[in-house]
Amino acid sequence: MASFESFRGYLQSLVSPLQYLANTPKQAMTWASTNIATRQQLMTENQQFRLNELKFHEQTMQLNIVKQENVRLRSLLASPLRSELKKMVAEILAVDSDPYSHQVVINRGAGDGVYEGQPVLDASGIVGQILHVGQTTSRVILITDISHAVPVRVQRNGLRLLASGSGQIERLNHNFVPQSADIKIGDLLVTSGLGGKYPEGYPVATVSFVSSDESKEFVRVYSTPIAKIDRLRYLLLLSDAEPVSIFAPKSKQKKLDAQNKAKNKTKVTH
Amino acid sequence: MFTHNGVIILLTLLVAIMASIMPLPLSVDAFRPDWVLIVLIYWCMALPGRVNIITAWVMGFLLDVLLGSILGIHAAAMAISVYIVAENFQKIRNFSVWQQALITGVLAALYHLVVFWLQRFLIDVTFLSSYLYPVITTIVLWPWVFYLLRKVRRHFSIK
Repeated sequence: MASFESFRGYLQSLVSPLQYLANTPKQAMTWASTNIATRQQLMTENQQFRLNELKFHEQTMQLNIVKQENVRLRSLLASPLRSELKKMVAEILAVDSDPYSHQVVINRGAGDGVYEGQPVLDASGIVGQILHVGQTTSRVILITDISHAVPVRVQRNGLRLLASGSGQIERLNHNFVPQSADIKIGDLLVTSGLGGKYPEGYPVATVSFVSSDESKEFVRVYSTPIAKIDRLRYLLLLSDAEPVSIFAPKSKQKKLDAQNKAKNKTKVTH
Repeated sequence: MFTHNGVIILLTLLVAIMASIMPLPLSVDAFRPDWVLIVLIYWCMALPGRVNIITAWVMGFLLDVLLGSILGIHAAAMAISVYIVAENFQKIRNFSVWQQALITGVLAALYHLVVFWLQRFLIDVTFLSSYLYPVITTIVLWPWVFYLLRKVRRHFSIK
């Protein structure tokens, strides 16, 4: 199975020139539209950015204090510290995909350290995870794809749910929610960190529909993704462990596996 | 493949592949014609000795990789559609352009349905009538593609 994945990786690398080529007209248009901007536009934009920077700067100061406090409290509780995640920015290549699945192609590949299963975010929330990796491009499966699901929890009360894609861009389904579950329209769903793919605490969706039919066994719950799934441009790739390229020799992968195992063992003995 | 300007055939197929992954506005994206299929049908009808089921399979496989679908789905659908053309090329050649356009439409519908059936079998996709919109544009496009490619074939005297 692993060897087939690398085969698909090679295929993906093979066709990436075609994808870059198909992307060039769009890129040329974007280049033209960004270069042909009036002075007035630039000035207003600049002012807007300055204001934003000020706001964000203030928030960062606060965040630093909160972070320190959080570390202190966590050490008081003797719970494991959360490690900082590494981040990488990627841009979407404007190429079309199969209408039966929700995927996008990004301009980062194994050469940049992208690995399969890596979580992908945009500025507002979770977007999906890496599906196939090529040398210079990779494919991202979106959370709305019918074969994809994210473990989430309701931020208000910690209720655990599964958000599975519906194949529609503006809806996620939640199956097997018991009638007794405390869930309301407008609840924010964040990643729960269970399953190990997505780090904990990133926003995923807001609940948009809860059926009130009590004769059914389960409640029907739908939610709307927070990330603008149909307006993606720049994406953020997160990674915590040392990534392993699918093109890497087997021995390296084994060594890393061994290291991870050793780490886990030490954790258990603690 | 490369004798008698055969490389032109490859070039037209490459352009067709580019056209089928080129980004389009969302409103017209559903109507994107099946460029690769239409070009394959023309070449298979005109020169069945050069472009046949194997070419169609390879092109479909490339589409699979480019579109990120399960490997082999587009390849199988493309090969089946082109098989029908390869089997009946002498009949189809004698039809008028509009009759050919209708046949192309039927083949395009078959292509989309095979892709849908295979996807339905593998992952639970549901049918939307918008999956068959490309058939309409493919029918409308056929006469233009036909005359253009015939011109290309005669100009470069591809045999």
